[in-house]
Amino acid sequence: MAGDEKHEWAAASTIDVLWVLYDQILNVTPATVDDPDRDRFLLSKGHGPMAYYAVLAEKGFIDESILDEWTSWDSPLGQHPDRVLVPGVEISSGSLGHGLPIAVGTAIGQRVHKSRGRTFVLVGDGELDEGSNHEAIAVAARLNVANLTAIVIDNRSAMYGWPGGIARRFAVEGWQATEIDGRDHEAVFAALTAPHDRPYAVVAKIERSY
Amino acid sequence: MTTMRQAFVKTVNDEISHDPRIAVVTAVISSNEFPQENERVVDVGIREQTMVGVAGGLALAGLRPVVHSYAPFLVERPYEQIKLDIGHQDVGAVFVSIGASYDDPAWGRTHQSPGDVALFDTLPGWTVHVPGHADEVTPLLRQALKDDNRVYVRLSLHENTQAYPVGEGFTALRHGKRGVVLAVGPMLDRVLKAVDSENADVTVLYTATVRPFDSDGLRKAVQETDHADVMVVEPYLEGTSSHLVSDSLQLIPHRVRCIGVKRHAELRNYGTAEDHDAAHDLDVVGLGSAVRSFFRG
Repeated sequence: MAGDEKHEWAAASTIDVLWVLYDQILNVTPATVDDPDRDRFLLSKGHGPMAYYAVLAEKGFIDESILDEWTSWDSPLGQHPDRVLVPGVEISSGSLGHGLPIAVGTAIGQRVHKSRGRTFVLVGDGELDEGSNHEAIAVAARLNVANLTAIVIDNRSAMYGWPGGIARRFAVEGWQATEIDGRDHEAVFAALTAPHDRPYAVVAKIERSY
Repeated sequence: MTTMRQAFVKTVNDEISHDPRIAVVTAVISSNEFPQENERVVDVGIREQTMVGVAGGLALAGLRPVVHSYAPFLVERPYEQIKLDIGHQDVGAVFVSIGASYDDPAWGRTHQSPGDVALFDTLPGWTVHVPGHADEVTPLLRQALKDDNRVYVRLSLHENTQAYPVGEGFTALRHGKRGVVLAVGPMLDRVLKAVDSENADVTVLYTATVRPFDSDGLRKAVQETDHADVMVVEPYLEGTSSHLVSDSLQLIPHRVRCIGVKRHAELRNYGTAEDHDAAHDLDVVGLGSAVRSFFRG
């Protein structure tokens, strides 16, 4: 499995967080992908889904044998994931800046249904340049969507960076926010299991590639 | 007299009280019309992209979102969100606009949206309702709220003097031999006056639902005339339905004249909706002239 340079870097940046999420955090299995009480994981940063597909295969959501055929005509696996084609994929993504607003909606929907399920959404620091994210960051805090966790993969892709840091950008709107080493599995686990009574942002810094 | 917008608000508020699937998402406009204490009523502030994104998320969580704003802010500004957060996710929603093409032109071009139906036409799977009377809004909306599909309801300040039954297909209100005129939504009264003023011997079809397009109904009406000449009068961008008329009549040699809001230039005039109707030849005089020239001979 291979992608272009940018998408490979995107996949390499997310692999650790994705693994910890699916291995230790998310309450969802191949048997519960339609359970209304499942946790929902939304890959907003749809670029570089090779890591996502690999984790889904390892956890049994998709057959490992289809990985090698990705992007071919008959393959359900494209350069950007499609929820209609891939079991366990919660949203079709690829165009940046869509996942966080949708995640606000799924989290509100879970709240309406009195569901135990939580919503986790993964965005990139470059993706945060899209204005739609900032609408959603503000709305999530105003509506106190506390069952929402946004994980920001900060691999320093944002064109002009974030003065004061990304966590501060969320915190100023009223989110609980923390910053961790996105390669450190124990730190990722600790951050994603920390209690929060507000929407929660985990900024996972990626300082090195594989 | 009840306006279309009032009928919309009443219908949604009636239904939301006993249907736990229904949610409402607004971006300030009209938000105070809905029960704020209901957790399924969400006002996101002046954030139209997030309005549609949140609606997509609610639909993914099993709710039936009603998304509402002024037409340009509902359709044009968050167009990519409609395409991806609703359509590409393969979920349903009910979009309801007010403002239509130029209902209140004193606000200028920023508040006009004659291209809204054409934009929806670029996306698969949308049902589009263009009611011509407030009494047509409630049955169309009630059905939309029950379903799971993607629906756009285009409300207007301009109405016909009477409502007609709504449902699938075009309704023939007049029968003639010289050709067929299809009047969409609020254009009907003006079309009837124009046809009468020209003593045109034409069949007049009416519809408040333009997508899906009733191809069979049009073809049948055409086959009952002596001339396969079809005029389509729509209250939005001219020619929006022309491709569907052509598809419907592909095996019949025919002529088509599509009338609507003109495409050739941006009108930088304010005034009234009636002023704009006249400028686009969508008043009785303009339509009469079109009927006279097209159905000549």
